[in-house]
Amino acid sequence: MAKPTTPRAASAKAKAAAPAPAGADHNRPRPETPTDYKASKEELLEFYRQMVLIRRFEEKAGQLYGLGFIGGFCHLYIGQEAVAVGIQSALKPGKDSVITGYRDHGHMLAYGIDPKVIMAELTGREAGISRGKGGSMHMFSVEHKFFGGHGIVGAQVSLGAGLGFAHKYNNDGGVCVAYFGDGAANQGQVYESFNMAELWKLPIIFVIENNQYAMGTSVNRASSEDQLYRRGESFRIPGIQVDGMDVLAVRGATEEALKWVQEGNGPILLEMKTYRYRGHSMSDPAKYRSRDEVQAVREKSDPIEGVKKYLIDAGVSEDEIKVIDQDIRKVVAEAADFAETSPEPEAHELYTDVLVEQY
Amino acid sequence: MGIEIKMPALSPTMEEGTLAKWLVKEGDEVKSGDILAEIETDKATMEFEAVDEGLIGKIMIAEGTEGVKVGTVIATMAGEDGEAAPAPAAPAAAAPKAEEAPKKAESGTSKLASEARATVQDPDLPAGTEFVKTTVREALRDAMAEEMRADERVFVMGEEVAEYQGAYKVTQGLLAEFGDKRVIDTPITEYGFAGIGAGAAMGGLRPVIEFMTFNFAMQAIDHIINSAAKTNYMSGGQMRCPIVFRGPNGAASRVGAQHSQNYGPWYAAVPGLIVIAPYDAADAKGLLKAAIRSTDPVVFLENELLYGRSFDVPKVDDYVLPIGKARIMRPGKDVTLVSYSIGVGLALDAAETLAAEGIDAEVIDLRTLRPLDTATVLESLKKTNRLVVVEEGWPTCSIASEIAAVVMEKGFDDLDAPVLRVTNEDVPLPYAANLEKAALIDAARVVEAAKKVCYK
Repeated sequence: MAKPTTPRAASAKAKAAAPAPAGADHNRPRPETPTDYKASKEELLEFYRQMVLIRRFEEKAGQLYGLGFIGGFCHLYIGQEAVAVGIQSALKPGKDSVITGYRDHGHMLAYGIDPKVIMAELTGREAGISRGKGGSMHMFSVEHKFFGGHGIVGAQVSLGAGLGFAHKYNNDGGVCVAYFGDGAANQGQVYESFNMAELWKLPIIFVIENNQYAMGTSVNRASSEDQLYRRGESFRIPGIQVDGMDVLAVRGATEEALKWVQEGNGPILLEMKTYRYRGHSMSDPAKYRSRDEVQAVREKSDPIEGVKKYLIDAGVSEDEIKVIDQDIRKVVAEAADFAETSPEPEAHELYTDVLVEQY
Repeated sequence: MGIEIKMPALSPTMEEGTLAKWLVKEGDEVKSGDILAEIETDKATMEFEAVDEGLIGKIMIAEGTEGVKVGTVIATMAGEDGEAAPAPAAPAAAAPKAEEAPKKAESGTSKLASEARATVQDPDLPAGTEFVKTTVREALRDAMAEEMRADERVFVMGEEVAEYQGAYKVTQGLLAEFGDKRVIDTPITEYGFAGIGAGAAMGGLRPVIEFMTFNFAMQAIDHIINSAAKTNYMSGGQMRCPIVFRGPNGAASRVGAQHSQNYGPWYAAVPGLIVIAPYDAADAKGLLKAAIRSTDPVVFLENELLYGRSFDVPKVDDYVLPIGKARIMRPGKDVTLVSYSIGVGLALDAAETLAAEGIDAEVIDLRTLRPLDTATVLESLKKTNRLVVVEEGWPTCSIASEIAAVVMEKGFDDLDAPVLRVTNEDVPLPYAANLEKAALIDAARVVEAAKKVCYK
């Protein structure tokens, strides 16, 4: 039977991997236990704005799916907003690289990519960021060093290690962030990549977005070690468990992880304890958990409500927050209009971009 | 009873070697495990140990001798009773047991052994071009070295490519020249390092990923297809994956079913990939250089049995060949033999035999399996009106099947006979020498098929 889900770590907000039992490596260096990020009012406002943008964007995508504008698989990020926003806000766009799986809309929005071209990709239009040929799961922005958008569970971890390899090879000071889920954390290639990343001290942060369910299978039904932050230990990759519903905890842990990696210590693993409110994809009725469970998380740990509290504590008024909400609704409505009305790719595009060169 | 020490086979494909150095001399006492000699194969220098105790009798093959066939008696040893082995020059005195012992089984792949050359020169080469005799192995290494000198982004990664100098010695010397930043030994983890390579390519580098053999690339095929081949299309032309996956492909020799498969048709089925399978050393060099320069992902299929064969490579600066162009290896007018990789040698051998019987065969080396140069094949068919495809691989859904389909669709009116496929038997490759032999193609089967389509 599934254990009750407790996304918010009960005791500490962040938990560094427990010291290994006495042994050859018990005293090897470890990152410090991170502290919550001290955000300025402006930063808090920006976090709020981005998280609400993701939430409203995804809700709209869900609606457009229902109306038949979006087809195929569509995996919504609702509930997990604090993870992408907390991490992406610590990165340097154009220098650090990012790669993720198929639940990728949130990461792109958090990286400042235009909601219009993302929504237009979801509707399969010429103006989409992949010119309509990728869809929900396959979006990229090489300009932002956002490398997708990958549909094979776990593949992005090896590819991300390759991006980290390129940072090191070019000595460009960049760090790769490779996001994957609790489901991908059981794929063999993840561990092949852990091994080489640590062996070669690649600059990469592995981020497990543990939203508790790999499609319909809960973590403890699929993972013999369900404390996923420990999954790097046998490769000497330190792990930190983080409250992924709290954007300041996420950002604080990311700062610590970046410091660790940039100092040349090799990779680090962050386990973000989070929760997805919606089904795995649009076609998932989510019968494997109760409505009460979802409702309890929404009421107790909602990441957006969390930031709202921080804002009010920082002296931001309800009215100021409402202005942001209205502004975001407008941005999302415009993105949806754009995505519904822009033309589909021209027929000849079927044959373009198969290869780069002519032979 | 005396013992004959014979030239050992030190790898599945070794047929002869160099007796580089004797570490014992006549009259020395040796015991089991002592090193007797150093023997150089085309892949490595190996130490050859004594199995038995005794006194070294006569050394039959002097050190430094090249081309010593496997099984040749290289020395004799007196056994424990001190009795020297009979001189091998007197076969009548051979121990009766030796007669009963089964002779060294001949591998089925010995039938694939051909060093047949193209009878026509590459028309793009200027007249008077000098040629250098080069093995396929060296040609591949030279291609990588030249491209690494020219482009800092190029690096080589794989199992045993650096310190070991390559499991099949293809990357020999690269570590010394380019260092461990650019010549990288990986753990045995194909899926992982194929993904790291593809990711590095997406990040702007030019990886050359060596698979020890393509059999092991099955573990990595997800990255070759899902990550490398589809990226450019899925991203609307935004994200590139310029990578070369290379290594030996096809049957080796007596290594059994899991180590003997031709993946040409598998990869050639995938849009977004370039698939190259060269035959001779010049093509290996010119096409590998082109593959490394290509912005598209390339699967580069080599052949272990060809690595040690020597061919003429033109001595020109920067010898780069076009991808996607077949090559007429031998012009002819009666029948077209289409092949690629190791099959080309058999097709050329068959053409020789056919010529003696009055059939003038044209031999085409496809060189690139995707994109397939169907124009060259159809042009040849127009002239000969008969076609046989020769493929060291399975028949079903093969390159041969594809050529037959293309010819039927686009060259139907030019056909005077059905297209025939000469391929391996439709079974996993067996180990037993006689069965292996029966499973693999040979020149005789090509001759037979060619006569059949010529109604002779």
